[in-house]
Amino acid sequence: MRKTGPVVFGFLVGMLMLIQYFTPNPWIQARYNNVLDWKQVVFGITLMLGVLSLVLFHWRKIEQRQKGWGYSVITIAGLIFMIAAAVWRGQNAGPYLWMFDHVQSPMQSTMFALLAFYVASASYRAFRARGFHAALLLTAGVIVMLGRVPLGEMLGFHAGERYYSLATISDWVLNYPNVAAKRGVLIGVQLGIVATAIKIILGIERTYLGKGA
Amino acid sequence: MGGELTGWFNADRLPAALATLIFGAVLIYFIRAARQGRPLYIRRIAGLEAVDEAVGRATEMGRPILYSPGLDPMEEVATVASINILAQVARRAGQYETRLIMPNRDAIVMTVAQEVVREAYTEVGRPDLYDSHDIYYTTQSQFGYAAAVCGTMMREKPATNFFIGHFYAESLVLAETGNATGAIQIAGTDSDSQLPFFICACDYTLIGEELYAGSVYLSREPLLLGALKGQDVAKLILLAVLLIGTLLALAGIDIRPILGIGAASGGGG
Repeated sequence: MRKTGPVVFGFLVGMLMLIQYFTPNPWIQARYNNVLDWKQVVFGITLMLGVLSLVLFHWRKIEQRQKGWGYSVITIAGLIFMIAAAVWRGQNAGPYLWMFDHVQSPMQSTMFALLAFYVASASYRAFRARGFHAALLLTAGVIVMLGRVPLGEMLGFHAGERYYSLATISDWVLNYPNVAAKRGVLIGVQLGIVATAIKIILGIERTYLGKGA
Repeated sequence: MGGELTGWFNADRLPAALATLIFGAVLIYFIRAARQGRPLYIRRIAGLEAVDEAVGRATEMGRPILYSPGLDPMEEVATVASINILAQVARRAGQYETRLIMPNRDAIVMTVAQEVVREAYTEVGRPDLYDSHDIYYTTQSQFGYAAAVCGTMMREKPATNFFIGHFYAESLVLAETGNATGAIQIAGTDSDSQLPFFICACDYTLIGEELYAGSVYLSREPLLLGALKGQDVAKLILLAVLLIGTLLALAGIDIRPILGIGAASGGGG
């Protein structure tokens, strides 16, 4: 029962989700909405699970005086402070909002801004023309980058009566070879999603249950 | 047929229903073929071949393995695929007695991962290696999670990083930090916008569908191999349909009225 119960439950819910997509039947749509409601309930419970895991993880670090345990103290203190602030003055006023606007938001923006430097360092490595593929990538990269700036409109060549600027070539690279490759990947992804879903519904794939492949 | 709701069947979705039925039939055919012992050829996937080497490297260096399942919750198929690969990675980590660290953004994913890793360690006879504190929750915040994973990489210096699942803008932040620590990195995602970043910054990348093939490839379980083969054949059928459609469009033949599909305004062939 410990093995078959979740598989049978997965089959029933999976079939319901599959059928509801193809039928406008009100009874089935109502069951689908029930599932969505349950999802919200489960999400609420998982937040509590997450908080519990976070507290236990950092508590152990503090208790055992592991390296960097001071940061764990700050994490737990921050957690308690934010909960207390939200209970005291609500989420849209007072210290909770202030901390969100002046601490959390700037920290998130900082992490996001780091992306610019990481793009530069990753591009530097990727664009080293060590072989044919890397050279092709470098060429496409240079064309697309130059084609995106005003200079790209001025650089180009004439072929007969037509003028091909780097901006035009850049658009062609983005709209044809790039889109073709992306669609190839997406077709594979969608088939993979459907195949995985079918395997789970049929109970062939049960690794996610912790029962081995 | 357009837009007619019969009460039991949404006729607008007939093509999707037919495609699902055909795809399902192909999958079941190959699963049955695999069950009957028919040998099935699966092409080599470099990223998955490297899993043993990556885990072995961590063992030799005496450093942990870091596994990130991406940002999506458990109901997303990419996360399910990631958890399936995690089971195989955890089995190898258990065999080699190597520590596996897994920061999570979603508490359900964390709970499932704990169960999967515990089971994998038990299967290889090393339940004592399992520590639930190594698979922990960090935060729901996207860049908060990125900061937590980067911090773990800088402090713990894992020898091997796995980024397997659905990622967003934080992908390059994670992969570049991992690269800076000198870890061997295996990434896998179905997010087409993040694939270039992983390809640039990681040693191996599972591209799109390879992510879904991961656990099958590593486990070599016959029934699952059958499903994978069925997936390949379905792709072949789809390619044939696309090719025929392209040729018909180039020849100026519009078969949409014959199929009962309304011709879309404004071209599109």
